[in-house]
Amino acid sequence: MTAPTLRVAPAGFGFGSRRSARLIERNLYVYKHGWLVILSGFFEPLFYLLGIGFGLGSLIGTINGPAGQPISYQLFVAPALLTTAAMNGAINESTFNFFFKLNYNKTFASILATPLSPGDIALGELGWALIRGGLYALGFMAVMGLFGLVVTPWVVLAVPAALLVGFAFGAVGMAATSFMTTWQDFDLIQLVVLPLFLFSGTFYPVDAYPDALRVIVQLTPLYQGVDLIRSLAVGAISPILLFHVAYLALMGIAGLAVTSRRIDLLLLK
Amino acid sequence: MPEHPSEPLIHARELTKRFGTFTAVDSIDFDVARGESFGFLGPNGAGKTSTMRMIGSVSPISAGTLRVMGMDPATEGSRIRARVGVVPQQDTLDNELTVRENLVIYGRYFGLARAEIGRRADELLEFAQLTERAGDQVEPLSGGMKRRLTIARSLINEPELLLLDEPTTGLDPQARHLLWDRLYRLKQRGVTLVLTTHYMDEAEQLCDRLVVMDKARIVAEGSPRELIERYSTREVAELRFGPDVAEGLDGRLEGIAQRVEHLPDRVLLYADDGEAAASAVHQRGLKPETVLVRRSSLEDVFLRLTGRSLIE
Repeated sequence: MTAPTLRVAPAGFGFGSRRSARLIERNLYVYKHGWLVILSGFFEPLFYLLGIGFGLGSLIGTINGPAGQPISYQLFVAPALLTTAAMNGAINESTFNFFFKLNYNKTFASILATPLSPGDIALGELGWALIRGGLYALGFMAVMGLFGLVVTPWVVLAVPAALLVGFAFGAVGMAATSFMTTWQDFDLIQLVVLPLFLFSGTFYPVDAYPDALRVIVQLTPLYQGVDLIRSLAVGAISPILLFHVAYLALMGIAGLAVTSRRIDLLLLK
Repeated sequence: MPEHPSEPLIHARELTKRFGTFTAVDSIDFDVARGESFGFLGPNGAGKTSTMRMIGSVSPISAGTLRVMGMDPATEGSRIRARVGVVPQQDTLDNELTVRENLVIYGRYFGLARAEIGRRADELLEFAQLTERAGDQVEPLSGGMKRRLTIARSLINEPELLLLDEPTTGLDPQARHLLWDRLYRLKQRGVTLVLTTHYMDEAEQLCDRLVVMDKARIVAEGSPRELIERYSTREVAELRFGPDVAEGLDGRLEGIAQRVEHLPDRVLLYADDGEAAASAVHQRGLKPETVLVRRSSLEDVFLRLTGRSLIE
């Protein structure tokens, strides 16, 4: 139950402690009744891989990879799909589901009457989203293997990298959700997520942009994940990957800190 | 801070809660002794729930002093909550889990071992008379069952202090009496009960001592009997007059009782001998439609103290 992500915030950091694992236990109980729902998250990237990677990809042939070497379009796009799936999975769990629990279902209020703190709730909910995300990532890796898209042992690190992407987007998603008051506000999230999904070097290299625009794209969060996971998938290891990791980790920690503060303000009145 | 056996379980001085410019609890003082049943009686909006939330360490105090089991909720909230059971005003059961799972996961939030939780959960299901519904979802349960499950859940950590906010509001009389019986058993086991209510019969049944709250302040304190003796007479005669007669009553009841209270739907005569007061009314030629002589209750105390009814 001690997922690696739970160690991100040690006890006494100001948010979250080992007690947050109890939230994960709760969600395991819930999903025991409806575990089929969990499978849905596995199919999204698979369908994209078949439709875009193999369908559209057959017209494209090879493309330049992270280190400039030519690679098949499928190998180019598969790691990016893994990244966007990690982002979407984390955002779904941390926005819609989190909003419901925060505003409609009194679960959090009852939990706060126990020794658990708002930080424990934030971290526990995120931990659960990441466990789901981790399972999807493993499933997707297996599919990549089946299609012959596993070309380097470095690709193993793509799974923890996908978790890091989920952590970053999940935490920021929860933080954003804690400011929302109506379901309509979620359209704003799509307004951010959709361009990230389409323009972050997901389906074509960012070299396609004019220089100024390229630099802007390279500073957006999803690009960090896409470049990180794609580089790992093709074995193009360079120091820039450390920057991507640090960027995503900071984004997640900031999101968690805001979330735990907001739960505090919203529920501990 | 080490806990001294003789010190009160809850100690509050000038305890205050403000929400922006609104003062929900205005500088109240009270102590609750270990093993005592203590009540906050008052109408909706008197500040009872805010006080309970501060004691439960889920709402920071705005000013004053509050110690629960010798600890400061601001710095040791988690340790306090570990030893307190909470029955909130509105049920906060986990609708995504079954009856038994609600108990089990709640025990896990307190960090209890699974085997121990299993044992306690079985006992509590028995106590709450829900053993047969253990595997059912929570949603279809009746109001009384949900309430009993909430109380069972609040006991999973074997709390020394149980906070009950309006425990029987919205329940039918039978369900209320069943709950009162369960709470009485807990009291006999030595659990300290602190409850809020706007039902005087509930306060009389359950509380050793209570404070009457009105408009964010404590207006009186004592046992139910003491409060009645201090603020009311032994008996009350309740008279109902027809609408036309009620208009012309001014002054015609003066001197019959120690105190006369005119309510929109009835007149209350406060007297130690209610029957005598009622016959005096007839002697003056007044013909009330109904007469009821009863013992004074906390409702009368509240009316006397605030000039208003508890349930409006």
